[in-house]
Amino acid sequence: MAEPMAKTSVGPPPPRATSDPAWVRWGLTLLAMTILTVLVVIPVVSVFAQAFSKGIVVYFENLLGDPDTRHSIVLTLTVAPCAVVLNVIFGLAAAWAITRFRFSGRSLLITLIDLPFSVSPVIAGLVFVLLFGMQGFFGPWLRAQGIQILFSTPGLILATTFVTLPFVARELIPLMEALGPDEELAALSLGANGWQIFWRVTLPNIRWGLLYGVILCNARAMGEFGAVYVVSGKIAGQTCTMPLQVEQLFVGFNSPAAFAVASVLTLLAVATLLAKTRVEALARQSMKEATQARQESRGGTP
Amino acid sequence: MSISVCNVEKWFGKFHALQNVSLEVPTGCLLALLGPSGSGKTTLLRIIAGLETADAGTIRYADDDITHASARERNVGFVFQHYALFRHMTVFENVAFGLRVRKWPEAKIRERVMELLRLVRLEELAQRYPSQLSGGQKQRIALIRALAAQPKVLLLDEPFGALDAKVRMELRHWLRRFHDELHVTSIFVTHDQEEAFEVADRVVVMNRGRIEQIGTPMEVFEHPANAFVMDFLGNVNVFPVEMQDGRALFGPLEMPLPRFHTSNGDSSSSSNGNGSNGNGSSTQVYVRPHELALGRTPEEGGSLPARIIHITPAGSLVKVRCVAEEFGLVMNVDITLDQHRELHLKQGDIVYVSPKRARVFMPDYAI
Repeated sequence: MAEPMAKTSVGPPPPRATSDPAWVRWGLTLLAMTILTVLVVIPVVSVFAQAFSKGIVVYFENLLGDPDTRHSIVLTLTVAPCAVVLNVIFGLAAAWAITRFRFSGRSLLITLIDLPFSVSPVIAGLVFVLLFGMQGFFGPWLRAQGIQILFSTPGLILATTFVTLPFVARELIPLMEALGPDEELAALSLGANGWQIFWRVTLPNIRWGLLYGVILCNARAMGEFGAVYVVSGKIAGQTCTMPLQVEQLFVGFNSPAAFAVASVLTLLAVATLLAKTRVEALARQSMKEATQARQESRGGTP
Repeated sequence: MSISVCNVEKWFGKFHALQNVSLEVPTGCLLALLGPSGSGKTTLLRIIAGLETADAGTIRYADDDITHASARERNVGFVFQHYALFRHMTVFENVAFGLRVRKWPEAKIRERVMELLRLVRLEELAQRYPSQLSGGQKQRIALIRALAAQPKVLLLDEPFGALDAKVRMELRHWLRRFHDELHVTSIFVTHDQEEAFEVADRVVVMNRGRIEQIGTPMEVFEHPANAFVMDFLGNVNVFPVEMQDGRALFGPLEMPLPRFHTSNGDSSSSSNGNGSNGNGSSTQVYVRPHELALGRTPEEGGSLPARIIHITPAGSLVKVRCVAEEFGLVMNVDITLDQHRELHLKQGDIVYVSPKRARVFMPDYAI
């Protein structure tokens, strides 16, 4: 008795004018899958295969036994959070200024925020060498004060911050634009001071967008190579971050150790990806709600 | 607490948003700022609230000059056009916000918030979020949130603008009753003259950054200070007339002009019609739809033949739209239901229109 009903409901979907022939659909899917496999899956798997090629004991020896490698992990875990914090401060300030005020130079600021995306990281690194190197603008003065920027942690943090600068600001600007200033003005008229407005009204409204920016920024900060390469001087055990250490080990014919460090970076990337997927959905949701509320309020105005 | 605004100026770039605006709001008054969009009414409200700063002029609350005080020092309740409820907070926390930033003790906050929620009969919504409320509920929450810290002044920006017609009507009556119970000096902005007349004690008509007239709803409606106010406060028929010996003539009609209004913003400055207008000069005469009479036969005093284009029943009135074909002039006439039954009007009928009352205004110098 159930059979005829099942047939009518499970039958093939009617051909639609917009759907392409089967061979096109399958062909494109296959092409995408092949490219993904060759360019992403095989390399990622081989990183782990290489890392564990001499066994799990050697893997951990490679990671933890070498003081330089240990230091590179600590250094990356120092530089990346510092860059993220600087980015959050800059991103919040820039997004606030751009979305809440109209000032001359506003559009210039919007353009400049994107500059680090279009400038090659190597050039970014060179700029810092020009600024803080011995022949640079601030170099001699900084040396007189006994402050070391290049070839030390501050230089790495600066270069990393420069390269990752747009991430947080770019997430926050459209979100804060969509949210509008009304809730902040309401808080102001209810007697809140600037600090209270930020912590109680602004931050809760932008938290997912901010976190999303932080995750993207952190992923880029940990993986940054070019800019850091130029300013670090590659002093093993002092200024080598994980990506630089991978290169050093690889060039020194220590592939298993290089791949062991690379595998840690890859794991961090995968963890970031998972966190990103979850937070991205929440960030999109808050953006959608903000836009909807804004449209409703606009539509309601006669 | 009384509010006084004195010679306030505001520019947005090259746009002169407020031009020498002065206004007195007595204690306990419910005042409407009425005007078309772009007239500066919202800007004036925001300057009074401290959300915007005046380029010149002073604002006083009672005897305190608060021109340079920030919004948070003024202790003003402000209700935003689109409520601006905190979307990530419950209704309870929204209402409690002003008390929390003032560091009220928790027990007193709870007591005050629940008291206010009971006042607007929304206690059961305390734990809901703004997105779960209807427009009317949001509006009432926004209102009690503004009132929570017992402000001496309540300011409302287009409080009913975003609501549908029925809810708007209910909330209007409710706001009026609410004000009568609390007696907080209140100012609200609206572009809807009906709303202003129904709710407010005093109406301020604004246009192009200036105050055109201040008065009770009756004063403003019955004695509009100038052509703008007349035109803005509801439907009006405009007759282009010729002035001869102080009489306003339009074809076969002579307009009855009992009062002569100047448009310097002062409704009391009126004189008799045989004033300074020279012979043969043309001007405009304003007649409201209910000030025109309709008849089947020509009137003795002169009347204008017109053909009926459309008849619309509107409650106790019937709105008749007709055209004086000789002059190409379309007129709106309001008659009572009884008159309508008596006259048996149909579309296409020829009727005779005669004005019972008319107004003329001196040309506005600025225009």
